[in-house]
Amino acid sequence: MSCSRFLGSVGTIIIKCKDLRIIQLDIPGMEECLNIASSIEALSTLDSVTLMYPFFYRPMFEIVEDGWSAFLPEKEFEVLSSVTDEWRLSYINKDFSICPSYPPVVIVPRSIDDETLQKVAVYRHGGRFPVLSYYHKKNGMVMMRSSQPLTGTNGRRCKEDEKLVNATLRPGKRGYIIDTRSLNAAQQARAKGGGFEQEVYYPQWRRIHRCIERFNILQESLIKLVEACNDQSHNMDRWLSKLEASNWMTYIKEILTAACLAAQCIDREGASVLVHGTEGTDSTLQVTSLAQIILDPDCRTIQGFESLLVREWLQAGHPFQQRCAQSAYSNSKQKFEAPVFLLFLDCVWQILHQFPCSFEFNEHFLVTLFEHAYASQFGTFLGNNENERSKLKLQQKTMSLWSWVNQPEELKNFQNPLFEANSLVIWPSVAPQSLQLWEGVFLRWNRPSRFLDEAEEEMRRIIDYNRFLLDKKLQASGEMAWIGSLGVKMTLSL
Amino acid sequence: MWALQSKGKNSWIEERKQLGRALSHKQCHVQYNHHLEFSRGCQRLTNHRPRQLARLQRSVLPAYPSERVEYTQLAGNPTANAAIADVSTTPFSCFYHGKLPALLPAQKISSVENVKLLDRYTNRRAASGTLYLTATHLIYVDASAEVRKETWILHHHIATVEKLPLTTAGCPLLIHCKNFHVAHFVIGQERDCHEVYTSLLKLSQPVKPEELYAFSYNPKMSKDNREIGWKLIDLKVDYQRMGIPNDYWEITDLNKDYEVCSTYPPEIVVPRAASKATVIGSSRFRSRGRIPVLSYLYKENNAAICRCSQPLSGFSARCLEDEQMLQAIREANPGSPFMYVVDTRPKLNAMANRAAGKGYENEDNYDNIRFKFIGIENIHVMRNSLQKLLEVCETKSPSMSDFLTGLENSGWLRHIKAVMDASVFLAKAVKDEKASVLVHCSDGWDRTAQVCSLASLLLDPFYRTFKGFMVLIEKEWIAMGHKFSHRCGHLDGDPKEVSPVFTQFIECVWQLMQQFPCTFEFNEHFLLEIHDHVYSCQFGNFLGTCHKEREDLKIFEKTHSLWPFLLQKKQELRNPLYRGFTAYKELQPNTLPFSFQFWCGMYNRFDKGMHPKQCVLDHLLSCMNQKIKLEDNASELENKLPFLDGPLPSEACYLSKVGCAASKTSMLNTPQDYQGEPPAVLSNGISVGDANVTSDVEQKNKENLANRRDLHRNDSVDVLNSEAKDGKPQHH
Repeated sequence: MSCSRFLGSVGTIIIKCKDLRIIQLDIPGMEECLNIASSIEALSTLDSVTLMYPFFYRPMFEIVEDGWSAFLPEKEFEVLSSVTDEWRLSYINKDFSICPSYPPVVIVPRSIDDETLQKVAVYRHGGRFPVLSYYHKKNGMVMMRSSQPLTGTNGRRCKEDEKLVNATLRPGKRGYIIDTRSLNAAQQARAKGGGFEQEVYYPQWRRIHRCIERFNILQESLIKLVEACNDQSHNMDRWLSKLEASNWMTYIKEILTAACLAAQCIDREGASVLVHGTEGTDSTLQVTSLAQIILDPDCRTIQGFESLLVREWLQAGHPFQQRCAQSAYSNSKQKFEAPVFLLFLDCVWQILHQFPCSFEFNEHFLVTLFEHAYASQFGTFLGNNENERSKLKLQQKTMSLWSWVNQPEELKNFQNPLFEANSLVIWPSVAPQSLQLWEGVFLRWNRPSRFLDEAEEEMRRIIDYNRFLLDKKLQASGEMAWIGSLGVKMTLSL
Repeated sequence: MWALQSKGKNSWIEERKQLGRALSHKQCHVQYNHHLEFSRGCQRLTNHRPRQLARLQRSVLPAYPSERVEYTQLAGNPTANAAIADVSTTPFSCFYHGKLPALLPAQKISSVENVKLLDRYTNRRAASGTLYLTATHLIYVDASAEVRKETWILHHHIATVEKLPLTTAGCPLLIHCKNFHVAHFVIGQERDCHEVYTSLLKLSQPVKPEELYAFSYNPKMSKDNREIGWKLIDLKVDYQRMGIPNDYWEITDLNKDYEVCSTYPPEIVVPRAASKATVIGSSRFRSRGRIPVLSYLYKENNAAICRCSQPLSGFSARCLEDEQMLQAIREANPGSPFMYVVDTRPKLNAMANRAAGKGYENEDNYDNIRFKFIGIENIHVMRNSLQKLLEVCETKSPSMSDFLTGLENSGWLRHIKAVMDASVFLAKAVKDEKASVLVHCSDGWDRTAQVCSLASLLLDPFYRTFKGFMVLIEKEWIAMGHKFSHRCGHLDGDPKEVSPVFTQFIECVWQLMQQFPCTFEFNEHFLLEIHDHVYSCQFGNFLGTCHKEREDLKIFEKTHSLWPFLLQKKQELRNPLYRGFTAYKELQPNTLPFSFQFWCGMYNRFDKGMHPKQCVLDHLLSCMNQKIKLEDNASELENKLPFLDGPLPSEACYLSKVGCAASKTSMLNTPQDYQGEPPAVLSNGISVGDANVTSDVEQKNKENLANRRDLHRNDSVDVLNSEAKDGKPQHH
């Protein structure tokens, strides 16, 4: 794991890791110490992606299923097309020319041709035209995502964009546009050429503004939170005020609320939803992916969650390399660094905490994903979008995280013993009393976890033993039935 | 329903809980503070849910216990024949053991119709129903729901009743309970509201002790059983467990006529070396005669925790006998050359007391003591702190920032941490430094009780069992004169005497449970039950202020003890993760601020929407119950089926199978063997993967299941019998 370091005068190296761990090494001999320090420094701040660990990592396990091809959009689309024929795959972006941050294949309304898409892409920030994010099988409502429209100060409109957006509505139905920025921020964006959908041109849509913070504010929040968690002072007031001042929990609440709102529009209101912020690569993805976890039981399984991450984060172009570069201990200010993905994982943990029996995966799975997003021997989270990933030839040169995770013996560690498939929509509470600090990440290195681990183990034992008994019972009753039938047969033959 | 047998009720609760679990997924707590009007959706939801519930009940629930009809008739509500109480709002199933609570006499108001119950956090349509006042409870029956939903509030639990300004909907009545339930009623007629208001004021603040519920509560228990109940906890046995009497400590009846100290029990433990004159002399030098007595002896190294009140030292007074007393305590622990004297007050408070002729020990006057202040605030600060905390909890849709700032400003967790820090200090002094500790505050019945009991809990795993925790409360709180009656405001009295001292103790235990999930035999519900009953006055244990007063009140003759009732409910109150008595010894909790959490389950306990929608505890408890049933089932099946092991039979191998089964029949026919000899037999015929599970299980059985199993076998049969009759598991 790469690190940054501070050098003491007595040959002490303090390594601050991206997973928030802090290690102190006492090294005899000043020169050795300096050498080690500069090596660590050099190795932890590599310039080129291709020098990173994933390009040298040789797996010690046999690949059963290649993670790179486990979640192809075509496969996902097959599932969708078995329920509805209103959507189609578009290969318009196959050479990444229309939208550099989109994958080669996207799902769009069947009634919209590629020519229209091309025009819409020009009208949307970074070419991110509205695409399908989620189809709610229960009522056929959909969630789309995009980036902001480029209305500018003079309120430019784009008929093709309106056509595309409206194509997702049922006749006579209204939809909701969830703008992840405050109204104020959205209005200000017009000065820079951005903007939002105006009511006049989108009369069937109602716009709702939520306020989800952006990069540097989130990064500062993370730094403050981690600083608070590392504070060893015994002052309760100081801890609570630092926790409050970090605003981390505020952002958690805000993101969850927005996701719940989107889910509510779809499931309760029976309306379709379009989600976007500015670029549509950060807060937008937090909202769309969390809404799916709330709505779709499949996303709460391990495979389903992986698929969600691939669809809504990797293929959707969340710039992992920019966002997850240095984590909380960075000295240098990274302009694009932001714990957007960590916030998402934290929100998932909050829902998991409230619905402990509805997820196939456990907290450890989420912590592992957090670690790998920041530093990994696998290539999955390298690059900022599919375009970069294909240029880096990650599929050929590196190993996919999913190839490792999805091995049966690894999967065992990620399975939640309490899991019982729950096909319902799960509505988390967003009251402050219901949200907690994610101790598994933020306090992980600050206190011993022995007693909690033992509790986990005990729980697993209880449930495993029950399953064993249950199997046994089934087997026994099977035999009883068999004997019963045998008895009947014998009587008959007699 | 009132005369419901414990068995019937338990089973019924169990089923209701399962139903609740099934339904919890369907719940939609729409509180995402948004700008949308979702009224249509929400209404549909509220209309929809009861119907689903009703349908599920028809399919899941067996016939309602016939006793329930009694209540329906009583309430005079003919439409509610298939009445069903919402157990979640009537958490005290103990109350069901009680006799029929009579409605109030005719001249007073006893029921009001068309009363609305507002939901505190959501804007959902208010429930509408009838409010009944009985001699002991306020009962609200929601008539708007298709399914009967009842809210019960014990009069003794009512902390405040407020009449709010009249609104168009009617006259609002806000009730705050001591168990942190808040009920907001709206009564149509102002006159009715006023009458309810005045009735409740009277009913919730009895003047004479005889009016307390415990004196009328009659669970139809024989006199003998009642007396046995009181004898369940014998403090002498606990002292014996510590090895007392021994060479250094003795149990003395010096206080049998309460001449040494009126608020101590008749029998106290003092150093053998302290003569009667020393004890009497010391008692004259201690506030209210509360001399140093033993609280806990750590057998391993003879270090003791002792407790007393502040000395009457003023600025310079001293007392030879008191100095001898401390010397005797120190010398009762020959392994340590010194002892700690811990004053749990902030130094400033202790110094201020000197002006009133009280104060703290002067290190120069006592040989080899190490004096230390640990600043835990007084009862008034704690009362105000809780008040602030509750205001935060009640805030309607607060922002995260509001909540955290409010939590900080209340100071509540700071105080919890202070109590915990002090207890950890005590435990460390005893265990690591092998030094005895004498603890006091002002009178030695609030902070001292908190700290001594928590330190014992940290040091001794016995106090983390059901029985041990009861002993601990009896010993450190009840016997040693924590003024429950005043602190809990049982009677109409000085509101400045009320303080959540015991609540803080309970919370500290809960905080420990969060850090050490496998070390307690009981679960969170056990703590909540105790907390409820400290205020409920339904049982005699917590009445009065000290042992003498309880004798005067004749509580041992006239009332029941809480503990046997809690033991009856052991099944639902136990901790499934408990690893047994010997698994952990001393606990060393982390007391950094982040180790303390806000206890939503206590302070927002009745706001179900805030709690996790699926409860791991309930899930594991039902697993445990299912387990015993399955084990019984398995042995039963084995009896019927001598050749259970081996591969699933096919006709071809039938004959050979009979042959191989014969050799094992003897074992299989004695299912009891299975307890001692875990599933070696059972594991036959399962796949290799499952074999690992078996060995785990085996190990576990050997490690700690022996006593747990007994417990299950004896207690859970009732619950199990009533669980799904077809033997089909509710889960998986």
